[in-house]
Amino acid sequence: MLDDFLVRAALAGLGLALAAAPLGCFVSWRRMANFGDATAHAAILGVALSLALSLPVFAGTLFVALVMAVLVGALSERGLGIDTVLGVLAHGALAIGLVAITFVPGARLDLSAYLFGDILAVTKSDLAVIWGGAALVLGLLIWRWQALLTATLSPDLAHASGIDPRLESRVLTVALALTVAVAIKVVGVLLIGAMLLIPAAAARPFARTPEAMALLAAGIGGISALAGLEGALIFDTPAGPSMVCAATLIFAVTASLGAMRARR
Amino acid sequence: MKLIEAQGLRVSLGEHPVLQGVDFHVDPGEIVTIVGPNGSGKSTLLRTLIGAVKPQAGKVTRKPGLRLGYVPQKLQIDATLPLTVARFLSLPHRISRAEGRAALEEAGAGALEGRPMSGLSGGQFQRVLLARAILGKPEVLLLDEPTQGLDQPGSAAFYRQIEQIRARLGCAVVMVSHELHVVMSASDRVVCLNGHVCCQGHPETVAQAAEYRALFGTGTHGALALYRHEHTHTHDHAHERGHDHAHDHHHDHAGHGH
Repeated sequence: MLDDFLVRAALAGLGLALAAAPLGCFVSWRRMANFGDATAHAAILGVALSLALSLPVFAGTLFVALVMAVLVGALSERGLGIDTVLGVLAHGALAIGLVAITFVPGARLDLSAYLFGDILAVTKSDLAVIWGGAALVLGLLIWRWQALLTATLSPDLAHASGIDPRLESRVLTVALALTVAVAIKVVGVLLIGAMLLIPAAAARPFARTPEAMALLAAGIGGISALAGLEGALIFDTPAGPSMVCAATLIFAVTASLGAMRARR
Repeated sequence: MKLIEAQGLRVSLGEHPVLQGVDFHVDPGEIVTIVGPNGSGKSTLLRTLIGAVKPQAGKVTRKPGLRLGYVPQKLQIDATLPLTVARFLSLPHRISRAEGRAALEEAGAGALEGRPMSGLSGGQFQRVLLARAILGKPEVLLLDEPTQGLDQPGSAAFYRQIEQIRARLGCAVVMVSHELHVVMSASDRVVCLNGHVCCQGHPETVAQAAEYRALFGTGTHGALALYRHEHTHTHDHAHERGHDHAHDHHHDHAGHGH
């Protein structure tokens, strides 16, 4: 079954969606969208590094994403003007990565694969990395769920309950870096932020609890991945962007339904 | 044994010094009220006691394993986070439906369990925060301006509820407030704060203290609570002279007596 490239692609998309969507809920609740982008964009630098040193792409991107996430996390704790700083880092990291990668012989040819993903070329070992990483992210989130939610709601309430909110931020930082490293093959660095945020945003109008939102988001992410893949085959469009298109369509529908219900 | 003891606290937020040389303690079962004008460091002191703010100098000692119940002044919940009252009560510890209901009942927020947090009025929100705080069976309940946004009968009812909760749980209560007349009568001890502890003691003693009157005026039932503190300049003296802030302040105040 895994010998079929389409089956491998579908499984890769599902694996990413299952981890990215619940994590994306936290990204949305904590207003970390720029944080996610900065980390994701930095990953292209990781690609350049991996190719130059002949390391697995997963290792290089994970390393750079982790460094970036820790750096950005430290900056956000300082507060003040963080939005601008994150924007600078997000775009700066992308540009530096794009320049760096042109110095690596041959990589220039594959550039769009790293920017937009190359899901149809996913191998069995890629699948193992994707599902392994996704399982780790989900495991982290489930393990820390109650503490993460409390810290997200209010760092002060967390402190009063004996929870260290900085530790919980670090848990999210690690989960984010893992997700970026896993997602690069599927949707590429430019659209990782989309796979985090859009399913979560689409789930919001129909969720009454955080858990319901995370589950719904995972479902919507999974459907978007499969529908996007199907659409890519039918219309001969790139798979990664097609998945994000599908998610955006679902968002448009749920947001309109939500708005209509609110008006009634 | 004291539940919480703070010694020689110095806290700055950014460049701005907020607390200097503050000593504070909480005994089991007592109701302590912290009063002081806006910007006097009341909330910061509370946040330092729960460990959310690290003091630059001095230390906070809590009884090992002390259970805290904290009711913040404000809680901004992001619009993208769906949260019902019942779900909120289960953070960070999962509780049963019956426990949640009982806590809401006791906090005077009976029928709110299924409502989204975003749809609550200010008063309802405060009561839900209180319900969550008492669910952990706290040994110390800390409330930051808990009656903000309540009318007078509303706050009177709120303080009666706090009394009842203390009677049942046997917990100590630390409150921040600027509703002097209500608060004074409901407290065992009042601490008057303005960057440093100006004076403290039994409510009646404090009400007679020159330092307190300088801050809040006399016999006006708190109507003059916006009075600027006339001793603010003593901070600068203390800076110039050096270290023993608490001592300096007390000394200065005595000297200034009106």
